[in-house]
Amino acid sequence: MEIVVNGRPQSWTGRVTVLEVVRSLLDDRFDGVAVAVNDEIVPRDEWADFELSHLDRVEVVTAVQGGDDEPLVIAGEKIGSRLIMGTGGVPSLEVLAKVLTASGADLVTVALRRVEPGARGSILDVVEAAGCRVLPNTAGCYTSRDAVLTARLAREALGTDWIKLEVIADERTLLPDPVELLDAAERLVGEGFVVLPYTNDDPVLARRLEEAGCAAVMPLGAPIGSGMGIRNPYNIRMIVEQASVPVILDAGIGTASDAAIAMELGCDGVLLASAVTRAEHPELMAAAMAKAVEAGRLAYLAGRIPRRLYAKASSPTEGVPEFG
Amino acid sequence: MTRVVVVGGGVIGLAVGWRCAQQGWQTAVVDPHPGRGASWAAAGMLAPVSEATFGEDRLLALNLESARMYPDFVAELERTTGMEVGYRRCGTLMVARTFDDVAALERLHRFQLDLGLEATWLESREVKHLEPALHPSVRAGVLVPGDHQVDNRRLVEALAVACRKEGVEGIEGEVAEVEPGRGVRLADGRQVPADWVVVAAGWRSADLPGLGFRPPVRPVKGQLLHLRDDPRFPLTERTVRGFVEGRSFYLVSRGDGRYVLGATVEEKGEDLSPTAGAVYELLRDCIEVLPGAEELQLAEVVVGLRPGTPDNGPILGQVGPGLVLATGHYRNGILLAPITAEAVRCVIAGVPVPSEVEGFGPERFEEVG
Repeated sequence: MEIVVNGRPQSWTGRVTVLEVVRSLLDDRFDGVAVAVNDEIVPRDEWADFELSHLDRVEVVTAVQGGDDEPLVIAGEKIGSRLIMGTGGVPSLEVLAKVLTASGADLVTVALRRVEPGARGSILDVVEAAGCRVLPNTAGCYTSRDAVLTARLAREALGTDWIKLEVIADERTLLPDPVELLDAAERLVGEGFVVLPYTNDDPVLARRLEEAGCAAVMPLGAPIGSGMGIRNPYNIRMIVEQASVPVILDAGIGTASDAAIAMELGCDGVLLASAVTRAEHPELMAAAMAKAVEAGRLAYLAGRIPRRLYAKASSPTEGVPEFG
Repeated sequence: MTRVVVVGGGVIGLAVGWRCAQQGWQTAVVDPHPGRGASWAAAGMLAPVSEATFGEDRLLALNLESARMYPDFVAELERTTGMEVGYRRCGTLMVARTFDDVAALERLHRFQLDLGLEATWLESREVKHLEPALHPSVRAGVLVPGDHQVDNRRLVEALAVACRKEGVEGIEGEVAEVEPGRGVRLADGRQVPADWVVVAAGWRSADLPGLGFRPPVRPVKGQLLHLRDDPRFPLTERTVRGFVEGRSFYLVSRGDGRYVLGATVEEKGEDLSPTAGAVYELLRDCIEVLPGAEELQLAEVVVGLRPGTPDNGPILGQVGPGLVLATGHYRNGILLAPITAEAVRCVIAGVPVPSEVEGFGPERFEEVG
């Protein structure tokens, strides 16, 4: 009996079911798999009973859940999601819990200056209950000295060497102060921290931070909480192309397409908070961001087509019959 | 006769105690420092509309209903006690300083209108006409005529007097153990027998021994400032809620030269220490919007711990026989006192609670029961 599986003819002897065909392709990994026979979807619970006939066309489609992709690895540590969540601006702990679940985030960053680590029933408990890992950050620090102190306090309180390093220049823009940032990064690396610096979208500074021993670089797309998206995609691309440590786009994301663009530019991950926590429906936006990060990553791996000024027909025009 | 013991003598516990005693129930209120917790630190805003936020529609309905009950609640309290609690129908003016703040205020205003709330958009000139002390750079505002205030400290003191008049036994002591259906045991060994225990201990409700569970209430630190000026030349008439560069503050004018400027919202556990940064930030933002505030006297820095819950709503209802929770009012304790007292009265009397209270029961949290 001849059938056509994903456009290729196959010969089977005797009776064959959809389940057997799927097994022959995918063993038993059926997550995210859909099957159509002669353009009709066959629900999974009918696979075992659905017998194929001679010349049936079978399409087996796999939704790639980043399945072909390598996980994000920072400082030798596998991170479960390329979307890293911040907690600033959450309207309530209940919303935080929902947002973390919907985002699928593994790493979650918490400002140590704003949250008392010893307080029970607070943000840190919610993060842990959601199965996420806490990445302390130094938000609110304006000097290298304050950032280093905060990182040390975080290590003491939370027992982690990881620190998201923020050294802010002024409250109005919340832009990083490059000089203080590099100084703090050097000192913290020297003290054995795994340093993830929030930096300007400056390729030179990013390189200097990497040379200083940072485990990743986290350039901004636009100022924190501005929701302006990625204002200088060319710089982000330069940073990505130079870096040999992971590049995480941090700050400026306003909506899902911004996160997708970051990933299409080749960033290894996206860190965001306000875009989700201050949305009208934070949980929905968190789910959107998870999909956007995944979609952007897949598009990056897939390799986009070049831009052209003029059209290029998607079906070949050669050999088309001429009429008249 | 029904006997009730209320654990916690803040605005919620006192209002509950008062209402219970009015039923002829033998009522006691236990608190080591009655009225000196979050109720004392609060600003007394009764502002359901200007505080409405996305995703909290049910809480808004509860807040609105309690705000509606306020005039009668206050009138009865003032009549009973002969005291004046500073209930002022002052309205609230929300104002925005920068373009970004205007955009944020527009978004909130659209939300208010979508919910059918009374709130009017005002251009710069109209805003300054209402409150001439506003900085000329204030770009726009929203007038919320129905958001009022009460002097929370006077309210708590009047409630304590009303309780005494109604025969409530005030016990200044620490509860060592709650024994649902039987009463409470105090730290000094004394037993307070009761058929009903009402837990209204604010953020401390979480660690009350004997409950058999941990109500999901946590302390959320708030810092605010008490300011003063010459009552003949008031800086503002209304409550002003300012949006400044993405931050916000409120200035409540008591109408007699006293002002309350607040407030920080901090996840700092049980920390009650005032900080330089909070004083600075509150004053800076306020002075940017109301430059005349520079001349006010700084009378007091107040720190309080709000009882926060996971969804920002109160925990209000019965948990098993003889035990009622009335805690977790977070930012809305003063506002929600009337409806909370009424709800607890209904639970104990065995009649249906106001419909707005439904959905705020303890059973919505898995920690309970």
